Order: sequence, then structure tokens, then C-alpha cells
Amino acid sequence: MDSARQPARKSPAAESPASAARRRFINGVAAAAGGGCLMALGAGLYSRSASALPAQALRPPGALAESDFLAACVRCGLCVRDCPYHILKLADLGEPVPTGTPYFTARQLPCEMCDDIPCVKACPTGALDRELTDINQARMGLAALVDHESCLNFLGLRCDVCYRVCPVIDKAITLETQHNPRSDRHAMLLPTVHSDACTGCGKCEKSCVLPEPAIKVFPRKLAQGALPAHYRKGWEEKARHGGSLIGEQVELPVRGFEGSTAGRSATETVVAPATPEPSAAPAVPVPPSKDISGVVRRGGLDSHWKP
Amino acid sequence: MASVPVSSADSAAPRSLWLRQRWLVLRRLSQALVLLAFLSGPWFGLWIAKGNLSSSLTLGVLPLTDPLLALQTLLTGHLPYSAALTGAAIVLGFYLLVGGRVFCGWVCPVNVVTDAAAWTRRRLGIKTGRVPDAATRYWLLGGILVAAAVTGRLAWEWVNPVSLLHRGLIFGMGGGLFVIAGIFVYDVLVASRGWCGHLCPMGAFYGLLGRTALLRISASKRSACDDCMDCFTVCPEPQVIRPALKAVGQAGPLILSSDCTTCGRCIDVCDKQVFKMTHRFDQRSE
Ligand code: SF4
Ligand code: SF4
Ligand code: SF4
Ligand code: SF4
Ligand code: SF4
Repeated sequence: MDSARQPARKSPAAESPASAARRRFINGVAAAAGGGCLMALGAGLYSRSASALPAQALRPPGALAESDFLAACVRCGLCVRDCPYHILKLADLGEPVPTGTPYFTARQLPCEMCDDIPCVKACPTGALDRELTDINQARMGLAALVDHESCLNFLGLRCDVCYRVCPVIDKAITLETQHNPRSDRHAMLLPTVHSDACTGCGKCEKSCVLPEPAIKVFPRKLAQGALPAHYRKGWEEKARHGGSLIGEQVELPVRGFEGSTAGRSATETVVAPATPEPSAAPAVPVPPSKDISGVVRRGGLDSHWKP
Repeated sequence: MASVPVSSADSAAPRSLWLRQRWLVLRRLSQALVLLAFLSGPWFGLWIAKGNLSSSLTLGVLPLTDPLLALQTLLTGHLPYSAALTGAAIVLGFYLLVGGRVFCGWVCPVNVVTDAAAWTRRRLGIKTGRVPDAATRYWLLGGILVAAAVTGRLAWEWVNPVSLLHRGLIFGMGGGLFVIAGIFVYDVLVASRGWCGHLCPMGAFYGLLGRTALLRISASKRSACDDCMDCFTVCPEPQVIRPALKAVGQAGPLILSSDCTTCGRCIDVCDKQVFKMTHRFDQRSE
């Protein structure tokens, strides 16, 4: 087209109207093709990276829900610049994270949970929501102890590192005592994450002593299940209303479990043994075992070990 | 990027190298300084501007935001904080005043790439290829606005070469280089001035801002023109020159088309010194 417009072009008269029309047509097709290719390229790359965040990429504190975040974040990197620990980076084209958006990888550098949350203050668009003023309310992700086979505490050892480093220790992560069925006289202290307090900072994953961490932090959408909206927990409803909502129930005799449940109301919750007891004969009530701390525990393997 | 004096070896008094490259050098300097303002922080700990062309904060007080990006954000249904909106208003006002495509000539880093591609194409004498219709950029501009509204995301930012390159230069890049290389190859082999002149929706947007631009080029000494065609050859938007230089469809010597990037290259290459940089109301011609 440029050349067509240049007055230098020698033979405008020699060009028949038909060939001029053809040239315009070809130009039009080229335009469509060029534009189309670009759009297709854009759409292709877009769809490739538009799905949910990859498992190991976490958004800065205060980030809107992913779809809103992608509408709001202009990819300016001001949050990256103001993070004093330099944990944030902007995704490059071709990375699984949408191009140019900020994220961090817990295992490389976790969020230090700054009290003044400078990253949120820096964001000019509200992609990082200034409603977040208490960093403990941040929900960057959710930790999950994914590997029960290699976590040292699950092996019955006392590592506890993920628990110790947690900035919200004893709320976001606790150690739950459980009988160690292997030795039968020790406890296992199982690191247990609580979704109502975990900020997803990633410190636990960063500090896990294993070559590949047994505890990992994921975007909440990946880490969390959800109950159906209509689901009500009977015991919570009962507690809230101060009694059963469906009146007193007829007590039916319970057969076969007389030793453990006879005489209980049928509406009373019966606590099932925590673990199956393969060695116990059916229908024979298992005597509660005692662990080293003398706490009576229900369930667990009875190895018949005697001191 | 050195430029080749395309012809006119017969000029009476050869102008100095400086006069032949002045605007190009000033422009490259401006582009480099914009980049340096963002890089002095990470490089030397001297923070002048933070962020990138999409949105930035200069000296801790002046917010600047790309108005096209702010427009797309609004179309997604998200209302940005006032910092981003103020920044967009400032940038919008500036380019409405000075001339929209001043951004292309003096700020945009892709311009260096496409200028290099045009130079290469001239050097290699490549004449082949198919140029898309110049209106394609407006279609693309409409397309990215629609895409933002429909997807509810800043869809164009996934691939926008302008922000890709500028962000990449400041924050590091890898994959984005392929897009930039693609534009270079496209401009050299397929379409002369293909990207900036025909496709880039950002250029189209800033072009639309240029209708009231104060800064303009004037072919004030057009009577001296000896039809050497040097200006047409180097101009990234050659169609803008004719009305002013040859008085086609207008009487005055001002280049009024908002496609003109005010790059001043025509001033540089013209041995007859036909062109000069001036303001919108300067209708003098000698
Ligand atoms: S809270 Fe602090 S460490 Fe965490 S991302 Fe923000 S600035 Fe960085
Ligand atoms: S500061 Fe806000 S808009 Fe800029 S990159 Fe960070 S999250 Fe996105
Ligand atoms: S991510 Fe780990 S360290 Fe951080 S709050 Fe959650 S459990 Fe604690
Ligand atoms: S047309 Fe687009 S890529 Fe070219 S200089 Fe202007 S903004 Fe940059
Ligand atoms: S007319 Fe001159 S200033 Fe305008 S774009 Fe062309 S060469 Fe640049």
C-alpha cells in the first residue's frame, strides 16, 4: 500500500481497473489474514494461560479472586518494586501464569507477611485490595500437608519445622497428637493446617527440611473443597437451636454392639474408632489402648506388645 | 541506527552529520531516558520512576497510567483506584495537547525495533510483501476493547508487544522476545511499516488522540522541494506528507494528519530543509 501511494510509482495508467480491484482484494485478504493471525496468536496464548493459576504460583496478599484480578491488574509491577523482600516477580510470556502478572513461588521465597503490607499500598488499580489491612487476614493460598508418606512427623519423628516457622502458629497450623501404630507406644504429632487462619504465606513449604517439601501451599481454589450450598451439619443446627429440630426420636434397640453402644440414645452421635482394627475380632469391643502419656485412646493397632 | 542518505548527493552545501541526524538522535535519547528513569532504581538504587508504561509512579508522587489500558479496565467492569485513573487522565491530557503519536516516536520502545526493520528493508531493497489495510489497526483497536468487555479480562495484555517489551526491558524477559522478533521479521519481509503503520492498536489509539495536537511538522519551505522523495522513503506514515508538501486537499503547509508521529525524520533527511518542527497555528510558508 505504501508503494502504491508513493508518487514515484511509475505506471499508474498501465494498471487496469480490474487489476486495481484485484490488488485491493488481495490487500483486504492480507489485512484479514494478518489481523486474524495476530488475534489467533493472542487467543491461543490467552487460552493457554487463562486457566486457573498453576499449582505453585501464589498471588500477593489482598489479590482479588483470580478472574477479577485479571480484569484489574495492569501488570505494572509497582507491587513487585515495593516488596522489601523481593519475593514477587512478573510472569513472562510463555510462563503458565498470565503474562505480566505478579506472583511468588513459596519454595523459592515465601511472603514475609509485612505488617504494613507495602505491596497492597503500592497497587494503583485495586487488583490488590486495600480493604486488607491486617496481614493475618491475607489469603494468598492454603497450605496442605500433601505427602503423609515422607513427612517426618508422620514417620513418628519430631521435625515440627513447618509448625515452628508459621507466623500464625497454633492457629493456622497445629500439631495433632495421634497414637503411633508402628511402635504402639509413641505419639505422632501431625502438622495440621486450618483453613480459617492460614494466610498462604508459604513459610512452611519454604522451610520443610525434605528435598521435596511434604507440605505445600496452593492457590485456595486448588487446595480447598467445598460443601454443597444446601448442606447443613445436624450437630451444628442442633447446637444453634438448643435442641433437636425434629423432636425426640423413638429409641430403637441396637443389636450386635451391646458392649459399646447399648443404652445410648439412637440420636446420640457414636464416635467411630479412628482407625480400623484388623486384628480385632468382629463384634468384640476393643479395650481402649493407652499411649505413653497415659491418655486413653480409642482405636489404633494393638500389636500385643507388652513391656 | 544510522540512517542512509537515500539520494540527493547533489545538494549544494552538505549539511553537517548533526543536522542530518538531529531529530533521530533526540528521539533515541528520549526513548532511552524514559527507560533509564525506570532502570536507575534497580540498577543504581536511584528511584525516579517505578513500574512501567502500563502504570507508574514517578518520584513517589506523579502517577501515570496508559489511558488505553485504563479504558480496557473500565470495560472489564473493574473500577480502578483513583491513583490509576488520575494517572490515565494526566497521560491523556498530555498527549491530547502535544500530539498522540508523540508517544510512538519519542517513548515507545517498539518504535526502535520497527525503525530498525524499516531501515533493514530499505537497505536490503526488499519491495515484496503484502501490506494490510491501514484501517486494520482501528479494527484491532475495536477488537481489543470488545475482547476486554467480553472476556472481563485485559485480554490484549497477554500479547501486547508494547507493554511486553517495555516491561521485559525493566523486569526481565524471555518469551516476549519472540513476539518482538516476530514483529521485526514481519516488518522486514512481509509488510513495510507493517506493525506500527497498520496493525498496532495502541498506535491507533494514540493517533486518535492527535487531532488537536499542538506540536506539528510544517513543510514551510515546500517551494524548495526538488522531489527527491527522501522524506517519503523514511517517513513511517508517508501518506501524511503529501497534503502538506504538495498542497493536496489543503492549502497550508502543516502536516495535520494525526498519523504523523512527529518523529522529525523528514526534517533530518531533507537536504532542502523543507520541513521544520513547529506548532499547530504556524501557517507560515516561505
Ligand atoms: S506482604 Fe511483604 S513480603 Fe509479602 S508480598 Fe507483600 S511486601 Fe512482599
Ligand atoms: S501493583 Fe497492582 S496492578 Fe500493578 S502489577 Fe501489582 S497487582 Fe498488578
Ligand atoms: S502457609 Fe504455612 S506458614 Fe504460612 S500461615 Fe499457612 S500454615 Fe502457616
Ligand atoms: S504504533 Fe504501537 S508499537 Fe509502534 S510506536 Fe506506536 S505504540 Fe509503539
Ligand atoms: S511526516 Fe515527518 S515527522 Fe511525521 S511521521 Fe513522517 S517523517 Fe515523522
